[in-house]
Amino acid sequence: MRIGVLALQGDFAEHIAVLRRMGVEAEEVRLPQHLHSLDGLIIPGGESTTIGKLAVAYDLIEPLRDFGKEKPIWGTCAGAIFLSKDARRQQPLLNLMDITVERNAFGRQVDSFEIDLDVPVLNQFSSEPRPYHAVFIRAPLIASVEKDAQPLACLPDGRIVAARQGHLLATSFHPELTSDDRFHRYFLSFAEKAES
Amino acid sequence: MEQQVGTFAVKKGLAQMLKGGVIMDVVTPEHARIAEDAGAVAVMALERVPADIRAHGGVARMSDPELILKIMDTVSIPVMAKCRIGHFVEAQILEAIGVDYIDESEVLTPADEHHHINKHAFKVPFVCGCRNLGEALRRIGEGAAMIRTKGEAGTGDVVEAVRHARSVLGDIRRLQTMAEEEVMAFAKEIGAPYELVMETRALGRLPVVNFAAGGIATPADAAMMMQLGVDGVFVGSGIFKSGDPARRAAAIVKAVTHYNDPYILAEVSRNLGEPMVGRQISAIPETELIAGRGW
Repeated sequence: MRIGVLALQGDFAEHIAVLRRMGVEAEEVRLPQHLHSLDGLIIPGGESTTIGKLAVAYDLIEPLRDFGKEKPIWGTCAGAIFLSKDARRQQPLLNLMDITVERNAFGRQVDSFEIDLDVPVLNQFSSEPRPYHAVFIRAPLIASVEKDAQPLACLPDGRIVAARQGHLLATSFHPELTSDDRFHRYFLSFAEKAES
Repeated sequence: MEQQVGTFAVKKGLAQMLKGGVIMDVVTPEHARIAEDAGAVAVMALERVPADIRAHGGVARMSDPELILKIMDTVSIPVMAKCRIGHFVEAQILEAIGVDYIDESEVLTPADEHHHINKHAFKVPFVCGCRNLGEALRRIGEGAAMIRTKGEAGTGDVVEAVRHARSVLGDIRRLQTMAEEEVMAFAKEIGAPYELVMETRALGRLPVVNFAAGGIATPADAAMMMQLGVDGVFVGSGIFKSGDPARRAAAIVKAVTHYNDPYILAEVSRNLGEPMVGRQISAIPETELIAGRGW
C-alpha cells in the first residue's frame, strides 16, 4: 500500500514518519503527477490559506477532487479545512466533504490545548477502550455535518472535532503529533478496503 | 484528562504547522494582506523592518501594540511580534494582546546583557535566534519552542545565515558520530544543557523546528537554506524593500515548497523586478553587526 502526503506546506514530515514507522510506503505529493499509483492521501496540518494557494498555483485542485472521488483522503486541521465545502470565508477549498468548518474557532495560539477524547471507532484498535489524546493548535471546529457525513468525536461540550463521509476523514486535531497511531490505522483501513 | 493550555507540545506544535513555509516581516496592515495573499504562513508585525532599524539607529524597542493589533485584525494567519532580549515585560504585554508567537530578537536593542527571558513562564510560545548549536540549545533550555538562525538581519546578504545554519547542522552531524562518553565534554565546550545535547543526538536534529533568517532576499536564497536542511524561512527586509513585493513574496513561497526542483526555481525567479539593494556584511563595521547580541 502506498500513501501520499500533500507536501505543499505544513507538518507532512510528521505524517510520513508515522506511516513509515507503521511499515507503510509514504510519498511526498507536490505536483499532480505525484498522485499516480497512490492508494490514499493525507493532507497535513499547516496554514490552509497557504496550502490552498499553492494547490491552485500548481493545478492540483481538480486532480485532488478526482482522487477523492475514488480514493481515501484524510485531512488534519488545515487539511480538514481544505477538504470541506465551506470554511465561512473566501479561500480555495476542495469541496469534497459535506462539512462546514469554522477556522480558528477556539481563539488564538494562547488558547491552543490538549485534551483526552472519547473516540468509539478507535476502540477496535486497542484491547480495551481508552481515550484518544488530542492536540489542538489554532484549530478549526466542524460546525456542521451534512448529507451522509457522520461525527466521530466531540469535545465534552458536544462540538464536533472529527467526521467521516465514506472514505473521507477530517480531524480538527493532529494525530501526527502524538505516538498513538490508532487514527492512522483507522484511515489505512479505508485504503485497504479500496485496494481489495 | 482536563483541557490543558500553554503546554510545550502546543507551543512547539504551532511551529510544526509553519514548516515548509515563509514568515514575512510587515509594518502595516496593507503589507500583512499582501503577505497573506502571497501565501505567507505567518507575519512578523513590527514598526520598521531590520534594514530601516539599521538606517534609523538609536534604541529599537517592541512595536506599538496598536499597530500589532491592527495587523492581527487584518489577517487570519498567525501574527508574531518581537521583544528585546531579556525584556520580559515587553513579552508580558505581547502575550496580553494575544500575539501567536514572540520573537526574542537581537534585531532590537538588548534589555539585559546577561540573561534571556525565562520562556517557560509564558503560555505564548517563543522563537529565538542562534549562531551555533550551543546557543540554540541554551534558548530551548530557557523554553524557546522554535529556533531560527540569526544571519545578519537587514543586509540582504545571506552569507551569515549560511554560516549559522552550517554551524548548527554540522555540529549535529558531528555529535551523531561521537562516542557517548565524549558527549559531556562536548556539551561543556558548547555551553549547552547535557540532556538537550543527548536528545539532539538521538533525534539527529534540533528538538524544535528550525527556520533560517537574516539576509534572505531571493527565491534562490530561500531554496538554498531549505536544501541546507532548515524547516522554513523568515524573510525580513527582503520583500518589502524590493521593487515588486507581492510578486517576490509569492515567488519565495513557491521556492520554499519546490526547493529541490531547479526548473520550478528558474520559473519563479523570472521577472521579479529589483531585489533589495542590500549591504555586503564584510563591509559593515564590527560595531554595527547585530548577530553577536545574545548570550
